[in-house]
Amino acid sequence: MIPVAFDYTKPSTVDEAVQALIAGGEDAKVISGGQSLMPVLRLRMAAPSVLVDVGGIAEMNGVSDDGDHLLIGSNTTHHDVMNNALVKQHAGLLAMTAATVADPQIRHRGTLGGSLAHADPAGDLPTAALALECVMVAQGPKGRREIAAKDFFVDYFTSALESDEVLVAIKVPKMGDGWGYHYEKFNRTAQAWATVGVAAAVKRQNGTITEARVALTNMGPSPIRASSVESALAGASASADAIAAASTSAADGTRPTSDLHATAEFREHLARVLTKRAVAQAAGV
Amino acid sequence: MTSLYEEIPAAPPADVPTRRVTITVNGDRRTLDIEPRLLLSHLIRQGLQLTGTHMGCDTTGCGTCTVLLNGRPVKSCTVLAVQADGREVETVEGLSSAQQLHPLQEGFKQEHGLQCGYCTPGMMMAAKALLERNPNPTEDEVRWALSGNICRCTGYQNIVKAVLWAADKMREQEG
Ligand SMILES: Cc1cc2nc3c(=O)[nH]c(=O)nc-3n(C[C@H](O)[C@H](O)[C@H](O)COP(=O)(O)OP(=O)(O)OC[C@H]3O[C@@H](n4cnc5c(N)ncnc54)[C@H](O)[C@@H]3O)c2cc1C
Repeated sequence: MIPVAFDYTKPSTVDEAVQALIAGGEDAKVISGGQSLMPVLRLRMAAPSVLVDVGGIAEMNGVSDDGDHLLIGSNTTHHDVMNNALVKQHAGLLAMTAATVADPQIRHRGTLGGSLAHADPAGDLPTAALALECVMVAQGPKGRREIAAKDFFVDYFTSALESDEVLVAIKVPKMGDGWGYHYEKFNRTAQAWATVGVAAAVKRQNGTITEARVALTNMGPSPIRASSVESALAGASASADAIAAASTSAADGTRPTSDLHATAEFREHLARVLTKRAVAQAAGV
Repeated sequence: MTSLYEEIPAAPPADVPTRRVTITVNGDRRTLDIEPRLLLSHLIRQGLQLTGTHMGCDTTGCGTCTVLLNGRPVKSCTVLAVQADGREVETVEGLSSAQQLHPLQEGFKQEHGLQCGYCTPGMMMAAKALLERNPNPTEDEVRWALSGNICRCTGYQNIVKAVLWAADKMREQEG
């Protein structure tokens, strides 16, 4: 399987990348790790006229400590995210989630920015980004702008990025003391996509859950917060019973599809069960 | 400098631009003019005639096309050859010298880590990446390191044994 011919450019700055996207028009496409785009190109489901490879842009690489948040360059691979000391310390949920993505080879090429920009409803990292309330830093012809995770994932495979915008970095708020987290992924084999996944972050104080964030993978066109679970948990005791009771509403407001792997009904069941497990782990119950 | 025009399966029209890349493959520096859409796996197999790297699923699933790119295991069917410009690629042919098998190759022989052998090059390269980072892996770590590589014959038991055999041997040699 061979992609349709395209031109290729490898800019070394974000400015140059944006210029290349403007020059290429609608048919230009960013490539980062290529772990989602290459399969699409090989199947000829897309035929861009020019690929703008952002892999050589130094600014888009690596993790830095920026006060109350981490700044993670879009090109940082899943492998580097899951093994980075700063990420493990301040945003453990992201490291844990990255470790569940695909397999070692794909984690060595695929990037955090690529995964978020791709906005696959079955993607694990968009869900973690939503639970962590990350902020995406994008640059386009009009300069830089910041997009909150809740506004970034728009629809199936559609993010808020314009076709001439580059996702430069991701701001990940640090999880302070008292927070626990867990990503619970249900899949059929070690390297498979999530049938359903649940990211939970829970803040505990003296046996009480003071704040809970719960986000769901593959329960609709985009990752979604289980807000009724979150409000039921706020102020609840950190007990198995309270968590089980709150988790019964995990599928409320979701729009899962039926496919080869699961019916919508089974996905709703999974959302409830996996939410209970993820929150219990996050709360240390 | 070699032209790969004759060798890539879909011959490009004359007006398709090519890129000049320099890639070090198993220690040999190669400068080539290639089409941007050429896959690294096709460059390796058709362009460089290194047919030890296999193509299996062509959908990033099976892992038999695994090579090391600057020491990292990657599925070469899902990397553009232009993206390897300026980098080092190691294929299964790079494992042994003519006289001496690599401990991984010996391990696969000793523990009967293959039946048809189609997945073997990818298994060995994924295992090499593991052992370079973690010379003393547990069985569980070996299994997770090979989770991107599919074998339809063995049931994996002997592949895991082969990698653990190689790990022992390599630690002994270091030793
Ligand atoms: C077999 C297989 C299994 C997988 N399993 C999982 C899984 O279990 N969970 C999971 O979450 N993912 C999975 N993935 C997807 C993987 O995580 C990809 O790495 C990721 O989705 C895309 O990252 P990338 O850097 O490879 O992006 P690319 O493939 O390079 O790009 C993907 C899309 O994002 C755009 N893009 C990339 N970078 C930028 C940027 N900086 N700015 C603007 N647009 C950009 C591209 O134009 C393209 O549309 C799997 C992939 C494969 C092939």
